Amino acid sequence: MKIVVNDEVHEVSATTLAALIDELGYGGARIATAMNGSFVPVPLRDKTALNDGAQVEIVAPMQGG
Amino acid sequence: MTARFYGVELSSPLMLGTAQYPSPDILRDAVQAAQPGVVTVSLRRESAGERAGQAFWSLIRELGVPVLPNTAGCHTVKEAVTTAHMAREVFGTEWVKLEVIGELDTLQPDVFGLVEAARILSEDGFKVFPYTTEDLVVAERLLAAGCDVLMPWGAPIGSGKGLNNIFGLRALRAHFPDVPLVVDAGIGVPSHAAQALELGYDAVLINTAVAKAGDPAVMARAFRLAVEAGVLARVADPMEERDMAVPSTPVAGKAMLA
Repeated sequence: MKIVVNDEVHEVSATTLAALIDELGYGGARIATAMNGSFVPVPLRDKTALNDGAQVEIVAPMQGG
Repeated sequence: MTARFYGVELSSPLMLGTAQYPSPDILRDAVQAAQPGVVTVSLRRESAGERAGQAFWSLIRELGVPVLPNTAGCHTVKEAVTTAHMAREVFGTEWVKLEVIGELDTLQPDVFGLVEAARILSEDGFKVFPYTTEDLVVAERLLAAGCDVLMPWGAPIGSGKGLNNIFGLRALRAHFPDVPLVVDAGIGVPSHAAQALELGYDAVLINTAVAKAGDPAVMARAFRLAVEAGVLARVADPMEERDMAVPSTPVAGKAMLA
């Protein structure tokens, strides 16, 4: 199915957010996730099902003021 | 000695931003020269290939300075609240520098959204550092919303104009003598930082003034010395200003030569 991750379309086989993170190569990274505008904490990632067209945001630490 | 921020005494009243440095090495040198009490950090989209955020996080961990995540760039309550939740998970801290930006030319806060986001986050256990103006009524609302710290601007973010409204900042200090206050934004040179601390502010947050200096590490050291001077001046209880001159050299005993 098609999932939009950080504004880029990906064709993936993953069916949960946790599987998506692994499939895209983020395994082990210090990241936070949101789906369709809502925060998804780590413990809920493998319970969060992906739907076609879902908008996923994956963020990490960055320089800030 | 610095004020306690949510029960934590910082090692320095200097809070240093980590953005806009010419390179990671220069950022590291600047942080080591500034010896800040906290560094501010943010969240941005991560690419699985580049993993830029992971490298940055390693650098910050090595520096061993506590972090204060921000919600920079957020323009709505929902964005800011969601970003704060993500920051709490990634950085492992309940502290958040809450920015809800209301206007692009000045980057001044949307104080209405700020109060609402501060209430939502405070109720959820966050320790909110709200980026606000010197407005007393907004300050009252932020405290009522659960904030125990206020961060009024000195001048627009990145402008380097210093303390634009000394009267307002002094009024805020006088009105809330027991609330930790931080001047955030607008400080351009070390004398601005010293001035904020001389006014009785508990800390200053600086980023562009160090990162965009010709030599960030030297400027970082200058700010460290300036905040130390400001704190000492405050402790030492400055003299009262006068409108007229008063001779400092004793008049008594002066030879009659006229």
